[in-house]
Amino acid sequence: MTEDRKKASEEQLAYAGVLNIGMWIGLALLVVTFIVYISGALPSYVPIEKLSEIPQGSNVPYWGMRAHELNEVFNIPTGWGWTSLVGKGDYLNFVGIAMLGGLSILCYLAILPILIRKKDTSYVVIAVLEVAVLLLAASGILKAGGH
Amino acid sequence: MIHSRKVLRILIVVLSIMVLFISISAFASETQDVAKETASASTTPWWVWPLVLFVVTFILGILAVLGGVGGGVLFVPIVGGFFPFNIDFVRGAGLLVALAGALAAGPGLLKRNLASLRLALPVALIASSAAIVGAMIGLALKPNVVNILLGATILFIVLIMGTAKKSDFPKVPKPDNLSQSLHIMGIYREESLGKDIEWQVHRTPQGLALFIVIGVMAGMFGLGAGWANVPVLNLLMGAPLKISVATSKFLLSITDTSAAWVYLNQGAVLPMIVVPSIVGIMLGSIVGVKILVKSKPKAIKSMVIGLLFFAGLRALLKGLEIWK
Repeated sequence: MTEDRKKASEEQLAYAGVLNIGMWIGLALLVVTFIVYISGALPSYVPIEKLSEIPQGSNVPYWGMRAHELNEVFNIPTGWGWTSLVGKGDYLNFVGIAMLGGLSILCYLAILPILIRKKDTSYVVIAVLEVAVLLLAASGILKAGGH
Repeated sequence: MIHSRKVLRILIVVLSIMVLFISISAFASETQDVAKETASASTTPWWVWPLVLFVVTFILGILAVLGGVGGGVLFVPIVGGFFPFNIDFVRGAGLLVALAGALAAGPGLLKRNLASLRLALPVALIASSAAIVGAMIGLALKPNVVNILLGATILFIVLIMGTAKKSDFPKVPKPDNLSQSLHIMGIYREESLGKDIEWQVHRTPQGLALFIVIGVMAGMFGLGAGWANVPVLNLLMGAPLKISVATSKFLLSITDTSAAWVYLNQGAVLPMIVVPSIVGIMLGSIVGVKILVKSKPKAIKSMVIGLLFFAGLRALLKGLEIWK
């Protein structure tokens, strides 16, 4: 009994397995797409050299502007709008970032069948609620106000 | 005599790093001034800043491992205080830096049964929901308000790091009803003692309530929240230190995910800042682990506390517009 409790549970190992594979894929995507971006192999939506420039009439470079200001200046779509720009070097990077961001959702979905089979009702509820919270965060429905 | 030499050495290292950061900051404002006078374009080639960022985050990665802190807590105040990037993008990058580190460490910690899924899942649900609220508040606040609050938080973290005690094996006389009903307990092999340690937790409702505050702060400032997770799991809830540290690290992979999505969806993520930072911190962490074997943790922890104090002060003074 003690030997069993010393080992990681089935759901814990399943979570670790998905996390391990997804993490390496996500990090590899991040590095490869960044090399594509800075090499100029694909044109960027916001020209790479523009970011450090100071626009006329401003005190700060473009990357010193607030996020919503930069979005306005370059007409950058918010939410999942970046998917329409994935052919551009800068937005290609978001594939790896989104992969890392979505990984926890995949891990929860992987352990759900195990929790259901074990009739671990409270953790099934917790896992379902967590997936709902992460999907809500990822959905782009939530907007920060105050601008 | 030997003690004073050690203190002197630490002071020299801390001062050198401070001079480096001040030089970066001065260089940023000088190039901006020149650019404003000459035309609209910056006089610095675009690749200089990502390169400097990579070098600095590489150093931060080493210091984070040696000082026993997460990369995010060093990243946000230092990069936010001394680089020409807006605090919105720095916080977005800070969350992704902490997230990448947690995702990388997670599988190993879970497989070794040091990070406990049963302990992490209820906590993560509370903290990740609160982190969304924190991220929305953070993006709605003015940058100087964020800097003032960030500076105050970092100085508070310095206080916690300098004074809080840790307990390897806290005594939990009786687990509370909630932790019992959720079966939050476990057993792990403590190699340093050569024996199995059984653990359980108490004061779960109070701990979960505190994770609301921790989640909000993580989302608002883009900090990994290990500095707060560990004391709550270890000192308040009574989980052994190793379980607390490992579960905290794994927990960040869920808490920071929810806040990172809010920053991503609001356009507050710039790959030019994110990728060099993640790669820099990760490579620095690998080197840090190798140095850790030969280093004296106490001396390095003092150095990290000194740096955090400096970065916190900088954020506070920047927010108050005393040191622009």
